[in-house]
Amino acid sequence: MANFTQIPLLRWLMRNPIWGFVLIVFIFFSLAADNFFSERNLMNIVVQTSTIGLIALGMTLVMINGNIDLSVGATLALAAAFAVDVQSWAAFATWGNWQILPAVCIALLVGILMGAINGFIVWKTGVDAFIVTLGAMLGIRGLVFVYTGEQSFYAMNFAYSDFSFMTIGPFPVLAVIFAVAVIAVHLLLSRTVHGRNTYAVGGNREAAVNAGIRVGPHMMINFMLIGFLAALSGVLLSTQMGAATPNLGRDYELWVITAVVLGGTKLTGGKGDIIGTLGGVLAIGILRNGMNLMQVPAFYVLVILGSILIAVLFLDKRFNRSADGGLRL
Amino acid sequence: MTATREPALRLQGIVKTFPGVRALDGVDFEVMPGEVHALLGENGAGKSTLMKVLAGMYQPDEGQIIIAGQPVRMTTPIEAKAQGVVLIHQELSLVPEMSAAENIYLGELPRKAFGRVDWKILEERSNAILKRLKCNFRAEVTVAHLSIANQQMVEIARALTVDARVVVFDEPTASLTDAEKVVLFDIINDLKSQGVGIVYISHRMDEIFTLSDRITVLRDGAYRGTLTTADTNEDEVTRLMIGRSLDLSRNEAASKFGDTMLEVRNLTCTGLFEDVSFTVRAGEIVGFYGLVGAGRTEIAETLFGLRTPTAGEIRVDGQKVEITSPRDAIAMGVSLVPENRKEQGLVLQMNCRDNMTLPQVQDLTAGPFVAKGAELAIFDQYREKLAIKTPSWRQPTAVLSGGNQQKIVIGKWLSMKPRVLVVDEPTRGIDVGSKSEIHQLLRELAAQGYAVIVISSEMPEVLRVSDRIVAMYHGRVMREFDISEVTEDSLVQAISGIKSAEPA
Repeated sequence: MANFTQIPLLRWLMRNPIWGFVLIVFIFFSLAADNFFSERNLMNIVVQTSTIGLIALGMTLVMINGNIDLSVGATLALAAAFAVDVQSWAAFATWGNWQILPAVCIALLVGILMGAINGFIVWKTGVDAFIVTLGAMLGIRGLVFVYTGEQSFYAMNFAYSDFSFMTIGPFPVLAVIFAVAVIAVHLLLSRTVHGRNTYAVGGNREAAVNAGIRVGPHMMINFMLIGFLAALSGVLLSTQMGAATPNLGRDYELWVITAVVLGGTKLTGGKGDIIGTLGGVLAIGILRNGMNLMQVPAFYVLVILGSILIAVLFLDKRFNRSADGGLRL
Repeated sequence: MTATREPALRLQGIVKTFPGVRALDGVDFEVMPGEVHALLGENGAGKSTLMKVLAGMYQPDEGQIIIAGQPVRMTTPIEAKAQGVVLIHQELSLVPEMSAAENIYLGELPRKAFGRVDWKILEERSNAILKRLKCNFRAEVTVAHLSIANQQMVEIARALTVDARVVVFDEPTASLTDAEKVVLFDIINDLKSQGVGIVYISHRMDEIFTLSDRITVLRDGAYRGTLTTADTNEDEVTRLMIGRSLDLSRNEAASKFGDTMLEVRNLTCTGLFEDVSFTVRAGEIVGFYGLVGAGRTEIAETLFGLRTPTAGEIRVDGQKVEITSPRDAIAMGVSLVPENRKEQGLVLQMNCRDNMTLPQVQDLTAGPFVAKGAELAIFDQYREKLAIKTPSWRQPTAVLSGGNQQKIVIGKWLSMKPRVLVVDEPTRGIDVGSKSEIHQLLRELAAQGYAVIVISSEMPEVLRVSDRIVAMYHGRVMREFDISEVTEDSLVQAISGIKSAEPA
């Protein structure tokens, strides 16, 4: 064992077991599935992953902070509805393609607002974030139905749905947006004061208060960030579909939390990082894509993913428990 | 004491060691049926360990437990209870959402067919016990709705579900009012008249002299003697408790101090402490000594903005200040090294460097990012200064020893250049070697001109580090001693609530 731990890559994989898993499934599908290992399919995976991935970045912040946000799927749907609907408002009828701009801005602001409401309630009432955002999940989804009248909105401006097929150099624009967001949130979390305090508040709230850290504003900022990212995800998803449906984003909160937890972020807060979350997101993306290519029925994919989630966390508990100095209960 | 009667319980030569500590060193103790036997000793003298041995929570390494003439081995609290030995804990261990009856029979609810709870029998029996205890509430009531005193009654009722031979009360009056105490003492006398042996653990001399028949004193894990209450007095007991063999090396009184850095006048927090006044000068360590619950930690928390005082004022460096949050306190230069460093002082998963710079990270930036170089410089400076032993700054603080964890917390505040440093229980849970290192460190800090408050429940510690000692009892300052004039006796008496004849 001692020899193994001398190799930096292996040591790194011990601390980030999810990337070992990503590597294994990647190699497996490259060998087992035709068409998996092609530039086109790999870009596809990144694009498919970006929807959940963007929200997972925000969820990592919120969970490290010691909270959780269950309302992201509903926020995504609400933002998508605004993004598609506002384009067709009479006020912007003469704006040409520029009508997309206010639509997207309003959609993103709606996301930030939803996050701010969640954050504010958690901060000021002290009610558990699980409960607050569970309520928000139901309530915001209700708003979506009220707003859309249970109908889907279709984007009339084709420039909107063309956006998702654009490329920057060899890369699809959606992949580039995701990559930029990954880097930005990683820097925020690992290099800024806000990131540091996010860890401190989630790790030990009492100690953070005793160090003079204002807990509430940090939590609120993180909820606003996840609201923004959920809305961005909703906008991008609606460009891919050229439409916004009222059921958009159903169950996304569960996929997102699965990815983040697979990436090593603790539900209890204080621990986790973006590199792990990226691994978790890719693991899910590769599995879904690869099994799809191998024509495994979608239901089995769910069974397999569920089993993997539990197995990975069990192994993590076995290997990394003692290092935390935690109690074995 | 008639020689013909068997003791209800006898402990013989009990030895219990923990890694590095001999917690009990050949302790003898017995209690007769119908006797109240008080067990006395300072914090850490071994009372709790002895009671845990008695309740089957710890196994003694050597020695015998003899109940009604028979040697017994008890490996769990349930077995101890089956033998008729019941412990009434200092901290209540009730399930607040359940009824009193359910709590009384927790784990042994009477059952009907198919494992259903027999509510009728449960409530009949519970109410019978509560009646015996002269309680004025019904067993059906939810425990959360009861007062602390009544909750304690439920705890006692739980002990009476078996035919108790011996009931151990561990600091039972800590959270009771005077009126409630009278009721408790009635119950104890009642049990006594029914032939139950009572072990009564308390720090309060007045209670012990009112209640007990005999007093056994422990010190440093060793048996120091048993006295008949009627034939002894507070002085004799005190002397037995402190002893002479103890290493009580004292701080040499320093002669010159700087300006007054902290002045507290008539500070009151209703129900916790009252009318507290004291000053701390630069270069001086003021020790706060008293029993657990005397209000010392609460004063520290008030100074640090975690509690709001109901009256009185705080002056830092001559300026009257309003401190309503730790943020304010930090800005005023008041720092607190808290009682429980793991819960209140450290973010355990976080590495050493980040923990050290936590209160000032917002000032250590380069552009939008944290300046990690500056952070590391601070960490290295205090690692060297405080001799913190860690292989790397990357270590999570969870894996450090208690002494090194404490140094990280101290370093965190020193790096903020505070005016006043409050240290609550500086060496709790820290091994002997690191203890003296921390004491040394505190003295050095004073020598460098910091104004330091040290709160401690250990007499050797207060004597070793303090220039002055404030003795507290029940939320009040009983006396203030200069280190050169303090005697162990007077200190123990002051914190036990005994008014001394000599003027303060």
